[in-house]
Amino acid sequence: MTVVVYDGSFEGLLTAVFEVYEYKLPQPFIAREAATTGSLFGETHTVITNAEKSNRVYQKLKAIISAKTIKQLYDTYLSEIKEIENVLLRFIQYALQSNFTIENDYTKADVLLIQQTSKKVNREKHRMKAFVRFQLTKDQLYYCIIQPDYNVLPLIGKHFKERYADQRWLLYDGLRKYGLYYNGETVEEVQMHFEADLNNEQNLATLHDEKEELYQQLWKQYFSSVNIQARKNMKLHIRQMPKRYWRYLVEKQ
Amino acid sequence: MPMSDRITEKLSILADAAKYDVSCASSGSDRKNNNNGLGNASNGICHAYTEDGRCVSLLKILLTNHCIFDCAYCVSRKSNDIKRAAFTVQEVVDLTINFYRRNYIEGLFLSSGIFKNADYTMERLVSVAKKLRTEHKFNGYIHLKTIPGASDELVKEAGLWADRLSINVEMPTEKSLALLAPDKNRADMLKPMQFLKDAIIQNKEEKKLFASTPMFAPAGQSTQMVIGATPETDLEILWLANGFYKKFNMRRVYYSGYVPISNDNRLPAIGTPVPMIRENRLYQADWLMRFYGFKVQEIVNHENPLLDTDIDPKLSWALRNLQLFPVDINKAGYEVIVRIPGIGIQSAQKICAARKFRRLNSTHLQKLGIAYNRAKYFISSDTEFEKKDWHPNQIKSFILKEGNSKYEANFSPQLKLF
Ligand code: SF4
Repeated sequence: MTVVVYDGSFEGLLTAVFEVYEYKLPQPFIAREAATTGSLFGETHTVITNAEKSNRVYQKLKAIISAKTIKQLYDTYLSEIKEIENVLLRFIQYALQSNFTIENDYTKADVLLIQQTSKKVNREKHRMKAFVRFQLTKDQLYYCIIQPDYNVLPLIGKHFKERYADQRWLLYDGLRKYGLYYNGETVEEVQMHFEADLNNEQNLATLHDEKEELYQQLWKQYFSSVNIQARKNMKLHIRQMPKRYWRYLVEKQ
Repeated sequence: MPMSDRITEKLSILADAAKYDVSCASSGSDRKNNNNGLGNASNGICHAYTEDGRCVSLLKILLTNHCIFDCAYCVSRKSNDIKRAAFTVQEVVDLTINFYRRNYIEGLFLSSGIFKNADYTMERLVSVAKKLRTEHKFNGYIHLKTIPGASDELVKEAGLWADRLSINVEMPTEKSLALLAPDKNRADMLKPMQFLKDAIIQNKEEKKLFASTPMFAPAGQSTQMVIGATPETDLEILWLANGFYKKFNMRRVYYSGYVPISNDNRLPAIGTPVPMIRENRLYQADWLMRFYGFKVQEIVNHENPLLDTDIDPKLSWALRNLQLFPVDINKAGYEVIVRIPGIGIQSAQKICAARKFRRLNSTHLQKLGIAYNRAKYFISSDTEFEKKDWHPNQIKSFILKEGNSKYEANFSPQLKLF
């Protein structure tokens, strides 16, 4: 077995796929840098991310599978599920071998898994679009800290940019320790550590816009007023808003 | 009272009074944010769910719950002794903008009790929408209630600012309307529906000629009727809904299970359970008509005027029509496959795509994520499938034994007797 170590980026992954072919690596097993502790039973091949190589794989994929499926591969990669790289590799190998389009061949385990995983990632993306609750700071920045199950920030930036074109905002992934910041014109990826400040009520009070508290109260009031007690159905409620998301939700505090 | 308490109180009264209107949809529009303003209306996101399991997508409030009418089924009726409140136009605008900026909502659903008269009320609803669009460059979703009896000019102006307009038909028959809402008449509801339908078609035609034609109610119109307050059958309800879809190009018809709020002896007493299962079955039937290619008479007809409560309408239909089954999953067309109980639209598409590669057997089907334990009585592909001649009641009891409904918790004791 050859452990093929890449840097965790999508470009890096495509480079790894390229090198599997380039060097005819025997029994390739792709792994992230952080995830590998060295291989006990074989060689290690380290990939250096290369734009040209990754682009060649990308162009090849474009020629043999639909744009929709390429998007599914990307979404699946963002799931960061253990060993998902190898599912993607096998899918690409299967696509390259076949002289027909394989993307709907759902009775093949890897094909189905990619379809299902990308669906899960997309569901998480939609949940983030729904469950983000911005808070307004004194200097008129709308911010929210999220902890999505999958790495969906790259998938939601466009949505928030289009929608909140006239306000500065920051979405921060507290698990993966990076964020997206929109300055009123462009969205940038930012690295920072600021949770310590935000965990403290007193800091929050001095940080927040004077009306922030009021609107949170009003939203809570609204949320409880629209409930119809005679129709209560907590089972359904929790399925729709799983408890792990409640920490973002002003109305659930 | 401090200003912030007053607004909180108003919000609690006017959200509470608006909650019986079940529509909260924010989809079907395609308004974009191309004026570098705030928001867009093309997503239809549910930002929260209430504890009763309904989607919260819009800020749904009444402008006021003062009303000159006395509709028996409505909490805001004139004769009801409740606290009254009224928002100013500016207050509604501020709430909408500030909720929207925090990503709480997709937009506003504004309705109102009738104060003074229909036009006076409608004018204020329109001015909220106009202010949002023009002064705040707000491109989020706006749903305005059309007040029955409002003038065509105001309805037309409402369409210029709103994404969706709705006029609630309230009761499934004219007779029930006359009984419970003596101030209203059905003609006042149907007239603006027809007017809107024509205006929307005309706008589409103009858009084809001139791209710069302003939008007019791009998310169309919808309506709602109250279910279970009056004795109509599902047949009457669904045939009326079908008529709305066909005649007025209605985007949605909503069914609102009556929540008892009054001791009026024309209505079910307080404490009577909300007919939630029936409401759910009506929505399922509605989906079958809109997305699954079912004709209304296949779902309810004179022999079967009521939807079953213990099984869904698609399964009911299949059990009544066992002569059409089993369906060969490897050969049948999509329209036939999508009618199989346990197979939804997505699964049907997957089946049709996957079978091009190889014959599908039961193992494949289970992996594709269909409700196999339900579907298996209705399909055939190869010898693996059971081909017993079950009686409809047998199939039904097998399926019920497996079932676990998300509405189970709300089965009232009476319903359990069936
Ligand atoms: S007109 Fe509307 S608000 Fe007034 S009582 Fe009738 S349903 Fe209620």
